Amino acid sequence: MDIYLPIAAISQDVFVLLALGGVVGFLSGVFGVGGGFLLTPLLIFIGVPHAIAVASSANQLVGASVSGALAHWRRGNIDFHMGIVLLVGGFAGSVAGVWFFALLRRLGQIDIAISLAYALLLGTLGSLMLVESTRAVLRLRRPGAGQRKLHQHIWLHGLPFKMRFRRSKLYISALLPLSLGFFAGVLSAVMGVGGGFVMVPAMIYILGMPTAVVPGTSLFQIIFVAASVTVLQAVENRTVDAVLALVLLVGGVIGAQLGTRFGTMLRGEQLRALLAILVLAVAAKLAFDLTVQPDDPYSLETLGE
Amino acid sequence: MRRALALLLLLWLSPAHAAEPLIADLTSHLVAITTGFTGADVVLFGATDGPGDVIVVVRGPNREAVVRRKSRVAGVWMNTRQVTFVAVPSYYAVYSTRPLDDIMPAATRARQDIGLANLRLDAVDKDRSPQEIADFRAALIRERRQEALYADAVGGFNFFSGELFHLALGFPANVPTGNYTVQIFLVRDGRVVGGQTSPLYISQAGVDAEVNDFARRRALVYGVIAVVGAALAGWLSSLPFRHA
Repeated sequence: MDIYLPIAAISQDVFVLLALGGVVGFLSGVFGVGGGFLLTPLLIFIGVPHAIAVASSANQLVGASVSGALAHWRRGNIDFHMGIVLLVGGFAGSVAGVWFFALLRRLGQIDIAISLAYALLLGTLGSLMLVESTRAVLRLRRPGAGQRKLHQHIWLHGLPFKMRFRRSKLYISALLPLSLGFFAGVLSAVMGVGGGFVMVPAMIYILGMPTAVVPGTSLFQIIFVAASVTVLQAVENRTVDAVLALVLLVGGVIGAQLGTRFGTMLRGEQLRALLAILVLAVAAKLAFDLTVQPDDPYSLETLGE
Repeated sequence: MRRALALLLLLWLSPAHAAEPLIADLTSHLVAITTGFTGADVVLFGATDGPGDVIVVVRGPNREAVVRRKSRVAGVWMNTRQVTFVAVPSYYAVYSTRPLDDIMPAATRARQDIGLANLRLDAVDKDRSPQEIADFRAALIRERRQEALYADAVGGFNFFSGELFHLALGFPANVPTGNYTVQIFLVRDGRVVGGQTSPLYISQAGVDAEVNDFARRRALVYGVIAVVGAALAGWLSSLPFRHA
């Protein structure tokens, strides 16, 4: 059954979209990641225009992160103080990111910028994850190794404008979460991702937050950054397809529930190795598409309505 | 039944009664694109006052179009050159009873703007060489042909009694919306002896059209609604698992 996507102006099989949302939701349930970084490339693979794939993913992300953040909030795992400082930076980042997006679009380079950013990011991320999970699998065989200190103080924490974050038990410079939030905002605007896969390690290793509050706080700030990106993209670039986002959400919710259950049956290290291979495969496909000689070097864009 | 009535009407209007060499009209002047639209046929009826060739030119609303060319930069294919054309018909189809070359000389066709080869496309970028502009122009027509938005089809005409004809104008699923013109020419001995123009309006209809229109006119409100809708969906989906 085909559904007409009003902004993308294409017809897509509604079951393909539901399945896509479901697969991404399933993966996010299994691996506990946002899944946005897989959603945008998959949408591009099925023929949704790059710019619309990115902006509609951001729209879908609002719903997915509300759902996730609520679960963490009920367990008291959100540092709201930190979250608000992060999202102030995030708002600024999303404004800068959407402006940059519009500029790339005018220059006719938005497609390649999105593909390139994804290929680089997923390639790096996938390699790091593969190395980490291989090490973890090896470490399992030699128990007792690899204990980390609970909290390390590094020079970055001593920058001016120090602020106290009670929930995270931190007294650090506000510039750190502000710039981290800014970076996440730019990522969200240009790539349609929440940036959880960058934010979570950064919050643990750079800010030094306790691991328990990191996912909830990250999801909390993603809600607002994704919301800001969605509104800005709708106004500036008219690339938000709300129908597409809703269909993906429905699939995603079902997938996430199945994924969470499935995830508890598998071992963490093996799961992460699987995810790493999947991420690398998507990166490889994007990189291949970028470097292979196109059938027709010419492309056409119709302007204005 | 409708076809028979239309024929009767045409017979009554036919050139034997009026002094026109060619009379033609569309059975419908409106095509509505709704959810699940897979293309549409609009039937054209016509009558001539004697033998001759008929050419039909269907032209969609003009839009600006940018043609870009990729080349390899540091191993990656990226857009490096571009030419902007103004007033490019978003749809252009020619139907004729015989190949255009056999019907009228190229010079006459050029004068009447008939055929893809005679499509007037003006490039904004004046600093490009004529050869480069020609390459980009050819690419534009090639792309549009692939999308089935440009075509010069021969045939499709059904003649009854030699003077009455009907023709189905086929529009693809991706047809652009807006005001179209359908020009019908009667050609005899290489000269246009009769002509007529008929308007056609192609529009989006239904919920999709309203969403699209709203997203354009009230972009901010649309963005806010998209966010609230997604947030609500996220909240609703978390309800059944609250106590899990």
